[in-house]
Amino acid sequence: MSVKTLTINGELISARAGDTILQAAKDNGIYIPTLCHLEGLSDIGACRMCMVEVEGINKLLSACVTEVAEGMVVATNTEKLKEYRRMNMELIFAEGNHTCAVCVANSNCELQDTAVAVGMEHTRFSYRFPDRGVDLSHPQFGIDRNRCILCTRCVRVCDEIEGAHVWDIANRGEEAEIVSGLNQPWGEVDACTACGKCVNACPTGAISYKGSSVAVMQRDRGRIPFLAAAREKQQWTR
Amino acid sequence: MTKIRLATIWFAGCAGCHMSFLDMDEWLFELTKHVDIVFSPALADPKEYPDNVDVCLIEGAIGNEEHLELIQEIRQKTKIVASLGDCAVTSNVSGLRNKYGSAEPVLERTYFELADLQPQLPYDKEGVLPKLLDRVYPIHEVVPVDLFIPGCPPEADRIIAAIEPLLQNQQPVMAGRKMIKFG
Repeated sequence: MSVKTLTINGELISARAGDTILQAAKDNGIYIPTLCHLEGLSDIGACRMCMVEVEGINKLLSACVTEVAEGMVVATNTEKLKEYRRMNMELIFAEGNHTCAVCVANSNCELQDTAVAVGMEHTRFSYRFPDRGVDLSHPQFGIDRNRCILCTRCVRVCDEIEGAHVWDIANRGEEAEIVSGLNQPWGEVDACTACGKCVNACPTGAISYKGSSVAVMQRDRGRIPFLAAAREKQQWTR
Repeated sequence: MTKIRLATIWFAGCAGCHMSFLDMDEWLFELTKHVDIVFSPALADPKEYPDNVDVCLIEGAIGNEEHLELIQEIRQKTKIVASLGDCAVTSNVSGLRNKYGSAEPVLERTYFELADLQPQLPYDKEGVLPKLLDRVYPIHEVVPVDLFIPGCPPEADRIIAAIEPLLQNQQPVMAGRKMIKFG
């Protein structure tokens, strides 16, 4: 196994060649906020929360999709990054309908937790109050697209772990949204196995168990990483 | 020592933040050592907003014409304007009607479709009730805000932690789950 030596926040660390900056940081106890990353799934750098500064590169890079390199000098928590992360979080909140007080995921929500982590106590941007619709046609689960942040964790878990590929993104820009099947009501999609992996993958209150009331929605956050580890490393127990 | 002149106001909200304020229990006695409550729907009841207010805690969003007028007056007469609770900070539940684009669908639903006896708009008689705005605004989209205390409602301990430093002329640190978690 080849090893790369790099510096993160002034600390000299070693990482496996091929690891991402995010993985290397995590292995060394350095926290980088994430939303679209989920252990066991491929990384796509969609949410931009894990942006870091790398010396000699004039733009910010997503730690989840940037591989470590020998001699790399990384900063994860500069004033500039803190300001950009907070602004990014404010934009995510302003874009959707993230009303924590009446959300099934209140107090069990990665979006809410990450907002606290980046110090967001209000947003400087006007909320857009979109009307993207709610689909409750599935017998067990529901999706409120107004709470979706387009992280695509549901798309990836359904494709990569379950192999059903029920979910996808339709449209572009502000009209982009998660759709099921061939843009059908979720309950009519034959490919859906009702496995619930998307429910466990969703970081917000967008996909939930039907019948969940405010703040009662609990997810099994360890389930997807466990399934991935079982498949790849034959670790059959949690 | 002159006492700090404290006001509270309640716009488009549910009174939950004021309930939380009263939930500070015995600390209210501590508070009254330092402040005069000069205007408050829960604790004092003058009809006019007074001059020279040091701190005003604002519950609720800006949802009607009266709110819009009064918030301007409050800003002019107040040193520190603090948004108290998610409705003031984000418009929250009060702002859920914003997706309809105007006040009409909400009024239509409430006063006509759901009316049992006499379907009519409540402000048909001129000047009886302030008209709803077409969009509900968080406070800082209308006037500058100096302090944000999120929460639905913010717990009593959070309110204490936010206003205690103000009594010593210091800015509170709004960070961490205990202080800034929404909802």
